[in-house]
Amino acid sequence: MSLLRRRKRPEDDGGPQSVEDDTDDKKGKSGKKAGKKRRRNGYTCVDNCCWLVGCICTTWWLLLFLYNTMPASFPQYVTEKITGPLPDPPGVKCVKEGLEPKHPVVFVPGIVTGGLELWEGHECAEGLFRKRLWGGTFGEIYRRPSCWLQHMSLDNETGLDPDGIRVRPVSGLVAADYFAPGYFVWAVLIANLARVGYEEKNMYMAAYDWRLSFQNTEVRDKTLSRIKRNIELMVEINDGQKAVIIPHSMGVLYFLHFMKWVEAPAPMGGGGGPDWCAKHIKAVMNIGGPLLGAPKALSGLFSAEAKDVAFARGIAPGVLDSDVFHIQTLQHIMRMSRTWDSTMSMIPKGGETIWGGLDWSPEEGYLPSNKTHENIHNSFCKDNESDSKACEARQINYGRIVSFGRDVAETHSSNLERVDFRGAVKGKNLANSTCLDVWTEYHEMGFSGIKAIAEYKAYTAGDLVDLLEFVAPKMMERGNTHFSHGLAENLDDPKYAHYKYWSNALETKLPNAPDMEIYSLYGVGIQTERSYVYKLAPTAECYIPFQIDNTAGDTDEHVCLKDGVYTVDGDETVPALSAGFMCAKGWRGKTRFNPSGIKTYIREYDHNPPSNFLEGRGTQSGAHVDIMGNFQLIEDVIRVAAGASGEQLGGDRVYTDIFKWSDKINIKL
Amino acid sequence: MGSILRFRKLCFIEPTLRSCESFETQKDDRKQEKRQRIDEHKNKNMRQRRRGLRCLDSCFWFIGCMVTTWWLLLFLHHCLPANLGFKGPEPPGVRLKKEGLTPLHPVVLVPGIVTGGLELWEGRPCAEGLFRKRVWGGSFTEILKRPLCWLEHLSLDDETGLDPPGIRLRPVPGLVGADYFAPGYFVWAVLIENLARIGYEGKNMYMAAYDWRLSFQNTEVRDQSLSRLKINIELMYVTNGNKKVVVVPHSMGVIYFLHFLKWVEAAPPMGGGGGPGWCAKHIKAIMNIGPAFLGVPKAVSGILSAEGKDVAFIRAVAPGLLDSEVLGLQTLERLMGVSRTWDSVVSLLPKGGDAIWGDLDSSPEDGHKCDLETKSYFQMSSKENSSGNEDKRPVFHMNQQTRYGRMISFGKTASEQHSSKLPTVAQMELMHANRVSNSSATCRDVWTEYGKISRTSIQEVADNKAYTAGTLIDLLRFVAPKMMQRAEVQFSHGLAADLDDPKYAHYKYWSNPLETKLPDAPDMEIYSLYGVGIPTERSYIYKLSPSDKCNSIPFRIDSSAEGKGGQGCLRGGVYFVDGDESIPVLSAGFMCAKGWRGKTRFNPSGSATYIREFRHKPPASLLEGRGAESGGHVDIMGNVALIEDILRVAAGASGAEIGGDRIYSDILEMSDRVNIKL
Repeated sequence: MSLLRRRKRPEDDGGPQSVEDDTDDKKGKSGKKAGKKRRRNGYTCVDNCCWLVGCICTTWWLLLFLYNTMPASFPQYVTEKITGPLPDPPGVKCVKEGLEPKHPVVFVPGIVTGGLELWEGHECAEGLFRKRLWGGTFGEIYRRPSCWLQHMSLDNETGLDPDGIRVRPVSGLVAADYFAPGYFVWAVLIANLARVGYEEKNMYMAAYDWRLSFQNTEVRDKTLSRIKRNIELMVEINDGQKAVIIPHSMGVLYFLHFMKWVEAPAPMGGGGGPDWCAKHIKAVMNIGGPLLGAPKALSGLFSAEAKDVAFARGIAPGVLDSDVFHIQTLQHIMRMSRTWDSTMSMIPKGGETIWGGLDWSPEEGYLPSNKTHENIHNSFCKDNESDSKACEARQINYGRIVSFGRDVAETHSSNLERVDFRGAVKGKNLANSTCLDVWTEYHEMGFSGIKAIAEYKAYTAGDLVDLLEFVAPKMMERGNTHFSHGLAENLDDPKYAHYKYWSNALETKLPNAPDMEIYSLYGVGIQTERSYVYKLAPTAECYIPFQIDNTAGDTDEHVCLKDGVYTVDGDETVPALSAGFMCAKGWRGKTRFNPSGIKTYIREYDHNPPSNFLEGRGTQSGAHVDIMGNFQLIEDVIRVAAGASGEQLGGDRVYTDIFKWSDKINIKL
Repeated sequence: MGSILRFRKLCFIEPTLRSCESFETQKDDRKQEKRQRIDEHKNKNMRQRRRGLRCLDSCFWFIGCMVTTWWLLLFLHHCLPANLGFKGPEPPGVRLKKEGLTPLHPVVLVPGIVTGGLELWEGRPCAEGLFRKRVWGGSFTEILKRPLCWLEHLSLDDETGLDPPGIRLRPVPGLVGADYFAPGYFVWAVLIENLARIGYEGKNMYMAAYDWRLSFQNTEVRDQSLSRLKINIELMYVTNGNKKVVVVPHSMGVIYFLHFLKWVEAAPPMGGGGGPGWCAKHIKAIMNIGPAFLGVPKAVSGILSAEGKDVAFIRAVAPGLLDSEVLGLQTLERLMGVSRTWDSVVSLLPKGGDAIWGDLDSSPEDGHKCDLETKSYFQMSSKENSSGNEDKRPVFHMNQQTRYGRMISFGKTASEQHSSKLPTVAQMELMHANRVSNSSATCRDVWTEYGKISRTSIQEVADNKAYTAGTLIDLLRFVAPKMMQRAEVQFSHGLAADLDDPKYAHYKYWSNPLETKLPDAPDMEIYSLYGVGIPTERSYIYKLSPSDKCNSIPFRIDSSAEGKGGQGCLRGGVYFVDGDESIPVLSAGFMCAKGWRGKTRFNPSGSATYIREFRHKPPASLLEGRGAESGGHVDIMGNVALIEDILRVAAGASGAEIGGDRIYSDILEMSDRVNIKL
C-alpha cells in the first residue's frame, strides 16, 4: 500500500499534501533526503521487476489480442504462400465427387489412445472425479505421480479394479479424437467424414477400457454388449445399411474378439446368432493391425523398454531414459503396465512357423535401407552386387527375437550352446528392505533365475511365452486365461470355442459372412523393431535385470542393427508381416481360417515424412498413429463408407514384399 | 516501447541526471515553487509529456504488481490441500453409501430446454474453426466474437423447423452434454456425482441428450433421438440383470419423456413399435424434476415479447446489454427472431385452456397469499408467533381479488375490472379480419413477424384487453402465424373430451398429459419433484411499446404496474404465484395431485403418483454457492433432499418407502378447484 501511495504522489503535484508529508517536513531535510534515497534504492529492484512483468504481460496480452482478432484463415494463407497450394482435404474432394454418407461407421480405438476417467478413487485423487487420468494434458502425472500410478494400475490377481478405485473409459467421440491437446488420433478422420455429411447418429466410437483383457471389458463394463447394441441401432436407424468398422492397432484384435463373441451362444458370448456379422457388417477396415502381435509388446513386458506400449515414456522421455536420475520410474511403470492384461494380447503369435526359427525368418534377406522407392528393390541382397557380400556375411536371424549378446544373435545355431531355463531353480527372494515399495516380479527370481535366462542365449517366438511365464509367472497366469498365442492344428477342436482364442487370428475361423470385406491398411517404409539384443543390467538388485544392449549397432549406411534392435519394414510399431500376413495369405480365398471366403484387401501407404514443420504430422505419413491423418487412407475409408467395394478402390496396393514373405511361411491353409 | 526502456535505463545508470531525477523522485515544495516561477508555460508542456510517460510507466508497474500478486495467490492456492479448513456438509451420496445403498436400477437422465449443449457439425464460412466445438453451452465466447454468425447458426429453418441448408448443429452426447451448462454452473453434475458415490457409472447411467430446439417428433426424424433412447434403455435393462430403469427428466424433458412413453408403444411408422407392454417392462419410476406438465406462463411472454427469463436464457448471459433501451441494438428483436424458429418453445405454452388456468373471473389459485418471500421466513423462524399475522391477511386479500386467469391483460385496470365491464369484441373475427400485411418498405430484413403486422391491427389486439389461457393461443396465432402454423402440427394444447377419439393417436397430442392416457403400466411410479416458495410468473400486464421502429416488438410488459403499497401479487407488471421461479405449482403438481391420482381416464392402469415438494431456502452464505436446499428451477438439482430421494429410488425404494407425498403448497386445494372430468 505504501508503495502505491509513493508512486501516485508525483501525479497530483499541486494537490493537497498528505498528513504523512507534513510530519515529515518537521524533521531535518538532510535526514529526509538520505532516508528517501535508501528507500528508493530498496524499492527500485522490486519496482523494476514489477514494471518488467507488467511490460511483458501487456505485450503478451496485446499479441494475444491481435492473434485472436486475426482471421482464422491466416495461418493457412501463410502456409500456402510458402509451400504452394495445399491439396484439398479428402473430405472436400469426396464431396465434390458427390459422395454421401451411406454406411454407418464404427471406430474401435487401440491401446493407449483412449481416454480414461476417474469415477471413484482414494483420497489422494480428490477433485478428479470425472476428470481424465489418461489422455488430455496428463497434468496429474507431475502433481501426484504415485497417486496417479496407483489409480492407473489394476488388481494384480484379478486384472480388474483394485478396491475403492474405479477408472472408466471416456465414452463418445471425444474418447479418442485427440490423445493430448493437439495430438490427433481420430480427429482428422472424423472431421473429414463430417465434411461428407456424417454426424453423431452414423458415427460411433466403441470406447473400451484398453487396460483390461477383452473378455473382462464385457464382464466389468458390458462393453461388448454395448457395441453390439449400438451397431444394431445404427444399422436400424440408417435404413438397414450395414456398418463399416474401422479398428486401429489393438482395436483390430479387440474387434476380432468381438466378431467371435457376438455370434457365440449366450453365457460366454453375445448370442447374436450365426449370421449376425453377415447381417450387420459391410467391411472391417483394419488400420495398422498387429494381427500376429508386435515384437515391441514383448520388449515392453520384458524390460519396459518399448515405446508405444509404454507410451508414458514419450511424455517425459528425458526423465525416464536417463541413467543419471534412475529414480526407478521404469520399474514403477513396469509394475503398472504388468497389471494390464491387454498388453499380453500383442505378444507375437503363431510361434516359429510365423516369426521364424533360430536360422530362418520370412523376412530374411531384407535389408533396411534409407528409404527411397528405388532402394526398396535394392534392399534384396541378390539384386545389389556391391552389397551382396556384406549381406551374405551378415545373415540376419530375425527369428531370434531375443538374443543375449550380439555374437549370439549372429552365429549359426549349430554354434549355440543353450542351457534350458525352464527347469531352473529360482533364487531367494531379493525383495528385501533395499527395494521397499517397488515390486516387480524380478525380485522373486533371484540371481540364479536371471542367470538361467541369460544362458538360454536366443529365444524364438515359440520360446517367448515360456520365457515370460518364467519371468513374470503371475502376470502370465492371469494372461493365459484370456489370451492364447499358438497356431491351431485343427480349428474344429471344441476347445477353440473358449474365448481366450477369439483374439488370435490363427486360432479362430472368421464368421460366416461371404459378403463382408476385410481390409488391412497400414503404413510401410519405416524401420520397425523386430528382434532385440539384450544384456544383463549391471546392477541387478533393485533394477530391471535385463536391458536392451544399445551399444550393439553398425555404422554402415545399410543399418541392420541399431541400438541393439534389428529392424524390418513396417509402420514403426507393427512389422508389415504382422499387419499384412492374414490378408495376404492366411485369409486370402477360402482357407480354413476363412471358411466362407471373405474378400481381403491389402492397402499399404508408403511413408513420406512431412516436408516442413508447417505440415505438422504430415498428410502422407505411414507411422502407426500418424497414418490416421494420411489423406490417401482417409479417402479410402470415405469411399468405402460411401458404398464402394474393395475392387472399386483398386484392390491391393502393395509396396513391400509382403507376398514373398508370406510365401515363405509354411502353414496349412 | 524501446524508447521507454532506454529512458528507464538511463535513469538507473545516471541517477544524478537532472531530468531523470525529477522524473523519478518526487519534488519537495521548495523546488516546485522555484520551478513555477521560472517558466510556467514551458513547465506545463514538459510535465504533460512526462505525465504521459509516467502514466504508461505506472500502468506497467501496476499491472506487473497485480499479475505477480495473482500468480503468488494462485501458487499458494495450488499448494494448499484441497479441503483446507472449510469442510462442507457430507454429500448425500457418501451418507447413503454408509447406509449400504448400492446401485440397483439403471438411471436415465433427460435434460430440459436450454440446458443441453449443442455443437457444430457443419457451418457457414463465418463459423470456421468451430467444428465440433460447443456453440450452445460452455463458455459462450462466440457470442461476443461473432454475434450475428452465432445467431444465424442457432436458428432453425423458418418453414420446416429443421436445419437450415448448410448448417448442422447437433446435441452433445453423453453425460457431458448437460452436466454443466457453463463452467461452474452445474445442471446435472451434482446429481451425477452423488450417484457415482454409491456406485453408478457409465454402464448404468445414461444422458438422453436431444436437440431441445426441435419439436419432439422431429428429434426422431432428424437425429433418431427417440430410437436411441429406446435402445439404450433396453440395453441398460439387459446389461444390468433385467432391472427396470429409473428415469429422471427435468423441466421440458418431462414432456419430452411423456412423448417418448407414447411414441415407444405406438406402431412403427409414427411410433417406436415397442408394443403395449414396453413401459411396464422397462420402467420402474419416472422422477419428474420441476415438471412443466401443463405449460409455463413464462413461455407466453417469451413468445410474445421475448421477455421470459428462463426460456430465453440468453438474456442472463448479458442482461445489461439486452435490457437497456439506450443501446437499442434490437438485440431482443433478433433473439425473438431466433427463438421463434424453435418449435420446442411452443410445447411449453399453457395447456388445458380455461378449465385449468382459469377464465376471466376465477382461477384455481384464487385467494393465494402473495407475500411469498416473507411467508417462508415466518414459517421457518416463528411458527408459533405467526398466528397474529394470519388474522390480518385474509382481510387484506378480500379487497384485492387477483384474476390470474387473465394471463395477458392490456393495462392494469383491464386486469382488475370485472369481466362484464370488459369490451366484448368477437375475438376470432378480429383475428382473421385484419391479417393484411402493410409492412413499410423501409424495413429491409424482417427478423420478427411483427414487421408484417400493421400498426392498426396491433392496436386492435390491445383493445381486446384481456386474454385467458384459451384465447391466448388465438392471440399467438395472430402475432406469430408462421411459428404457430409450424408448431401446431407438432403440439396441441387442448383438453380432451373423449380420450378414445381416434384422432388422439396422432403424435401431436403425445406431449400433452391432458390429451393422452398413460401407458398400461400399473407398477410404474410417477413422481413430481419440484421447488416451492419462490414467486413465479403467472400472468402479465402488457402495454403497447412507444417505439415505432422497424422490427420493434410492439408489446412490452408494463413494468410500472405495481400492487398496492409495493406488496401483493403484482410486481413489475407481473402477477406472481407460488412455484419454483419458472413453473407455477399448479402446472407442476396438478397431474400427480389430481389428474393421474388413482384410476382416472388419463391414467387407466392406475400408476401410483407421488408429489414431493422442496421448500426453497436461499443459501445462507456466499460459500454455499447455489445452496444445498434451493428450490429454484435449475438450482433444485443440487438440493440435498431431492438427491437423496432419487438415490433411494434408484437403489430400489418405492414411493411409499421414501415417505409418500410431501407437500408445502396449496396444490391439493388448487386442484380441487379445477373442475375436469376424470
